[in-house]
Amino acid sequence: MKKKVLLFAAIAITLTGAIIIAADHIDAPAVTGPGNTSPGTDITDVYAFQSPSDNTKMVFVLNSQGLLSPTASATASFPSNVMYEINIDNTGDNMEDLVFQALVQNGKLRVYGPVAPTVKGTTSTVLTSGPVTETTVTAYGGTANVGTNTNGTKVFAGPRDDPFFFDLARFKEILAGTQSGFRTTGVDFFAGTNVMSVVVEVPKSMLGTAATLNVWAETKSK
Amino acid sequence: MKLINKFSLVLSLAATVVFVSCDKDDNEDNFDTSGTYSQNDQMARPAINTVFVGSARKNEFNTTIPSAMNAAFNAQFQSVLTGFGYTTNALGMDKATFAGVLVTDVLNVKTTGTTTFFDGTNVLTGRALADDVIDTELLLIFGGPTGASNPGLTKDNVNANDKAFSTTFPYLANPF
Repeated sequence: MKKKVLLFAAIAITLTGAIIIAADHIDAPAVTGPGNTSPGTDITDVYAFQSPSDNTKMVFVLNSQGLLSPTASATASFPSNVMYEINIDNTGDNMEDLVFQALVQNGKLRVYGPVAPTVKGTTSTVLTSGPVTETTVTAYGGTANVGTNTNGTKVFAGPRDDPFFFDLARFKEILAGTQSGFRTTGVDFFAGTNVMSVVVEVPKSMLGTAATLNVWAETKSK
Repeated sequence: MKLINKFSLVLSLAATVVFVSCDKDDNEDNFDTSGTYSQNDQMARPAINTVFVGSARKNEFNTTIPSAMNAAFNAQFQSVLTGFGYTTNALGMDKATFAGVLVTDVLNVKTTGTTTFFDGTNVLTGRALADDVIDTELLLIFGGPTGASNPGLTKDNVNANDKAFSTTFPYLANPF
């Protein structure tokens, strides 16, 4: 199966040539290209929004491993050496004041945080001093497993439909100069494809008192 | 009374111990939290690295922290905007200002009220699943001061996801 994914990625890269543009899918050789040393670390999209079911809570979504076919999704997994980190700045300096760190090991998701990092920047250690919320990773085709914490946090990890939509093929033609504009009815390049999602919902009260947060996601590996 | 309290306390303690030890057996002992993790990828706003960073520096962008992005990449973002024929946009941002906003790759998220990339009223207050982020970015890059420039380039005419989102956690649709 891994071979199939690699083959698909190779075809996609060949087809798109030097210009590869999506939300952030397949954005850099170190995280996607053939021979990359850290599979599973390519972030495709990040979402941050007020919970549709409870306006006192905030939801963070970190999607990775884009363009998974249904077949590839059935065997896709979260590597155990990768940390999926959601960074939150609540002081306006674009440095993380709180983080969520998601790890997957032996089919279990653990989300540590929110917790203030002891060291900021491009390296992290697992911060076990804060809240921990866990659940079983949801299997392809299975009912979503939701981990809950008494502090109001919910967590999820597993394959999901890629929520991103874009007529990527046409955009590439525009950039290549073979088309001058988008078609009147666009074609979603990401239709029918899946991603590996980590979703965290947390009470806003645990994120500080700032009116605006700056949020970004990172994958880190060891 | 005292006895009963003590008894129930002992019972609940016992229950806690059992619960905790089950938890430990299932997870704690098997969960490796050791080691130092080093950054592979970074992302917040959609398509920023892919559109604005040349292939030679994509890996570098992914391992640059947001607070260092402006110094490292502002000039490159401005040159890409120049290549797109950019002058200003509907938010009245000149090239240097727009590059400065784009280059620090974080999502601005309001902690009260509507959270959206752009919904016609609110701008950059979050990113919801259904937001048509590509149209927003195309409009700001190619739409000129009124949003009316380059009409063939300011929307891709894919306006929604191919599956409906759920109103309950985890909100994303089941996979295909």
